[in-house]
Amino acid sequence: MRVERALPTREASDLLDLVQTLVNREIAPRAAVDEERAAFPRDLFTRLGRAGLLGLPYPADYGGGGQPYEVYLQVVEELARGWLAVGLGVSVHTLACFPLAGYGAPDLREALLGDLIGGELLGAYCLSEADSGSDAAAMATTATPVDGGYLVNGTKAWTTHGGVADFYTLFARTGGSGPGARGISCLHVPASTEGVSAAPPERKMGMASSPTASVRFDAARVDGTALIGERNRGFGIALAALDSGRLGIAACAVGVAQAAMDIAVDYARERRQFDRPISEFQGVGFLLADMATQVEAARELYLAAARRRDLGQPFGARAAMAKLFASDTAMRVTTDAVQVLGGAGYTRDHPAERLMREAKALQIVEGTNQIQRMVINRHLDDRG
Amino acid sequence: MNIVVLVKQVPDTATERKLTSDDKTLDRAASDGVINELDEYAIEEGLLLKEKHGGEVTILTMGPEQATDSIRKALSMGADKAVHVSDEALHGSDALQSAYALSRALGRIEFDLVVLGSESTDARTGVMGAALAEYLGVPQLTLADKVDVDGQAIKVQRLTDYGYDVVEAELPAVVSVVEKINEPRYPSFKLIMQAKKKPVEKLTIADAEIDAARVGLANATTETVDVAPAPPRAAGTIVKDEGEGGVKIAEFLAEKKFV
Repeated sequence: MRVERALPTREASDLLDLVQTLVNREIAPRAAVDEERAAFPRDLFTRLGRAGLLGLPYPADYGGGGQPYEVYLQVVEELARGWLAVGLGVSVHTLACFPLAGYGAPDLREALLGDLIGGELLGAYCLSEADSGSDAAAMATTATPVDGGYLVNGTKAWTTHGGVADFYTLFARTGGSGPGARGISCLHVPASTEGVSAAPPERKMGMASSPTASVRFDAARVDGTALIGERNRGFGIALAALDSGRLGIAACAVGVAQAAMDIAVDYARERRQFDRPISEFQGVGFLLADMATQVEAARELYLAAARRRDLGQPFGARAAMAKLFASDTAMRVTTDAVQVLGGAGYTRDHPAERLMREAKALQIVEGTNQIQRMVINRHLDDRG
Repeated sequence: MNIVVLVKQVPDTATERKLTSDDKTLDRAASDGVINELDEYAIEEGLLLKEKHGGEVTILTMGPEQATDSIRKALSMGADKAVHVSDEALHGSDALQSAYALSRALGRIEFDLVVLGSESTDARTGVMGAALAEYLGVPQLTLADKVDVDGQAIKVQRLTDYGYDVVEAELPAVVSVVEKINEPRYPSFKLIMQAKKKPVEKLTIADAEIDAARVGLANATTETVDVAPAPPRAAGTIVKDEGEGGVKIAEFLAEKKFV
């Protein structure tokens, strides 16, 4: 089924046309082979940067696209429909730019933001550590204030684009030894900084083309100007970034689910058993109908949250709901798509099994779905 | 150098294309309109020539209101402005009539070079470049896979069955291009935003001084007598390799004149 989008402006619909063309011609055709080879498609990100797609929700004054989240997220969804490694990569890059765009001092923004959102640089977001995952405030990495700057020591884990990024948006302790949310700061660290190195990528069950790696900071020295926002007040920035980032994950999940559904529908209309297409059997037809309904509901949920964000209203609970519902939907729909394709679906000759492996990641990243439920529960007493 | 690129909106080849039952013209509601694929190469060539020699690229389109989508896309690839000839009276015009109408519109535009795709994916007559050049009284250089401009001289490589011919002429001229000529660029979001502000001049047949008696279905020089869907493809030839499969394939290709 074709995705019918209600876009707010003509340039938004032209933008989605451009993205669809890029996905169909340049991105989707490479996904299966590159995933099999675990090849990171750096050239595609360069191409997206040139097309102006790496800074869509950020101000046009700095080279961004000046687009509402409602539009930006549909671009992410469309990219993820073609290849999750690319859609997720754009979402993570956008997350990595969020602190500087929202909290950076004017001088720092002037110096860096144009390159981050209007160019071809790729970012990564360093929050988690081996012993600090869901409990992000338990981090141990330190950025010790020294004369004119900071000395960073520690290892960040599960960093998307670790080892391939051009810059890291890092959260580290600047105020004593912790523990707790106080005393954490946000820093901009170029990947070329001496003392910054990445471990070999994790061997994941899916998304082999999107490198996830530990990033080590070994007496890495950054300037005092690298501080984003106020010192020791960085944890609030991290949480705010994740509220928006979750919408990106929700959009990615809808893209993956849409891709799986398209494959299942095409297959079920073509595959004949007992002298008719299998989609004419209620057992398959109802499954397809349920898939379509869930995908549509997931899309509308993230868009509802996005529109609240665009209006400046609280959206954190809705973003958590969208991430939870969309990634659970992606898991269910991709699993059902494998079922519709039967034996063929279980082979690597068809993309359904790859999408199923990819969907699993989305229930885990940027706050597991259990953490999303905690966030939602916490919001039940307010009106957000 | 002032370059005019002809852009035709055609039904998307990825969808099922239909003709209307009443007058056997294209059913535009049946499928999405897209830029004729070869015209994207023409736009790219126009932009490359502009980058090399300076000047402006103007898009010229004849077609109904919805063709504005294709015009905007062409502008978001980097063209500077557009002229859109749109009039109910043009409905059902055949290739010759369209060439006449376009030549009238071109009479209002200052140009050194007209670039177009060598054929469209819908009608596939492949005569527009030649017919247009005749109406304009300028040289035609068709099926180009390479274009060089030096001052007032233009030289193209004209693709043939046996290789290519080198064809030279003086500007102004009409050039039709084949898909080997370049790799069309994608728009960027920046250019999409700029395209909104680029001028698009709308012309009726009266504005372009097109004679109503020489265009439209009723006055067409050709007539669609009957239409039928394309027959399904015949089964292919299966070559069984019993030690001389390679020879058999070579013979097959030679017979079909592929080698």
